[in-house]
Amino acid sequence: MAVEGKAIDALGQFELHSALGAVGKSVGFTQSNLYMLISAGLIIAMMVWGMRARAVVPGRMQSLAESAYSFIDDMVLAQIGQEGKRFFPFVFTLFMFILFGNMLGLFPYAFTYTSHITMTFTMALIVFLLITTVAIVLHGKKFLGYFLPEGAPMWLAPLIIPVEIVSYLSRPISLSVRLFANMMAGHVMLKVFATFVVMVGALGTVGPFVAVLPLAINVALIGFEILVAFLQAYVFAILTCIYLHDAVHLH
Amino acid sequence: MVEDRDSLNRRLKAARDRQGLDKPQAGQGGLPTSAWGFGLRAGVEVFSALVVGVGIGFALDRWLGTWPWLFLLFFVMGAAAGVLNIYRLFTPRDGARKD
Repeated sequence: MAVEGKAIDALGQFELHSALGAVGKSVGFTQSNLYMLISAGLIIAMMVWGMRARAVVPGRMQSLAESAYSFIDDMVLAQIGQEGKRFFPFVFTLFMFILFGNMLGLFPYAFTYTSHITMTFTMALIVFLLITTVAIVLHGKKFLGYFLPEGAPMWLAPLIIPVEIVSYLSRPISLSVRLFANMMAGHVMLKVFATFVVMVGALGTVGPFVAVLPLAINVALIGFEILVAFLQAYVFAILTCIYLHDAVHLH
Repeated sequence: MVEDRDSLNRRLKAARDRQGLDKPQAGQGGLPTSAWGFGLRAGVEVFSALVVGVGIGFALDRWLGTWPWLFLLFFVMGAAAGVLNIYRLFTPRDGARKD
């Protein structure tokens, strides 16, 4: 599938197909949606099943659920402060959804829904709308003062305000592009080196021995991708927290 | 009993502090600060600011029919915003820990 003729098809893995047979086809239900549902189900299963025991000394699943909870709880408290408690459900959902999406995508035959810019941009847009709404609700007109830092000379205002507005509007784009680009680049690299294994492996007697090299690279890449999958979910969550901090405190 | 535990915790903390086992909290919970992390973030920040600047300029030009002047103006604004984003990246943020 990866090798069509002699060309390397590294982008075919990002194509959307309809899932769940004829029903899915008629409503435009893609494998991307399917994996979103799977990861949502896994997250809920992990939290509900993990916390069912409610033991003082947690078992494996319970400590997994508890450490996920306290990881985000610490992050929210450290970045936003005590007022940030009410944003915990939002940040937690966001983090777990991205983390599971990234991690599930590393399994063979699985689809990475975070490798589509439409998906990541939608999430970034939700974050952007939330921080803007929070800032306006909490601060009202003072929110506009955000675009003109205190102490800046008035004659510079025509220059500073557009630049600050552009900088503010660039937040959802940088947020979404970072996640999407990292996930997509990783999967393209995996695919390219996997194709090398097949191509080089077919080259006569020495082929299989030379093919060990791209295979070794792929093994290392998978480890790297696991790191990236976690790191990008973490970066998305912590940047959401930082933006929420700006919205709540407004400097 | 509770006081016992408190005093144990206190002595434990003092001992850990002496040995330097507890890392200062400042770096923790922040963004990854490796050279690669900074480099990639800086690139994305400039790129996204430029995208927004060019987008606004393009849209305003189409609306007002002033092509290409607002596009050029907002391209520069986008570049300035990108530099501002990078500046923010390198200035230490005052987190919520103080208040």
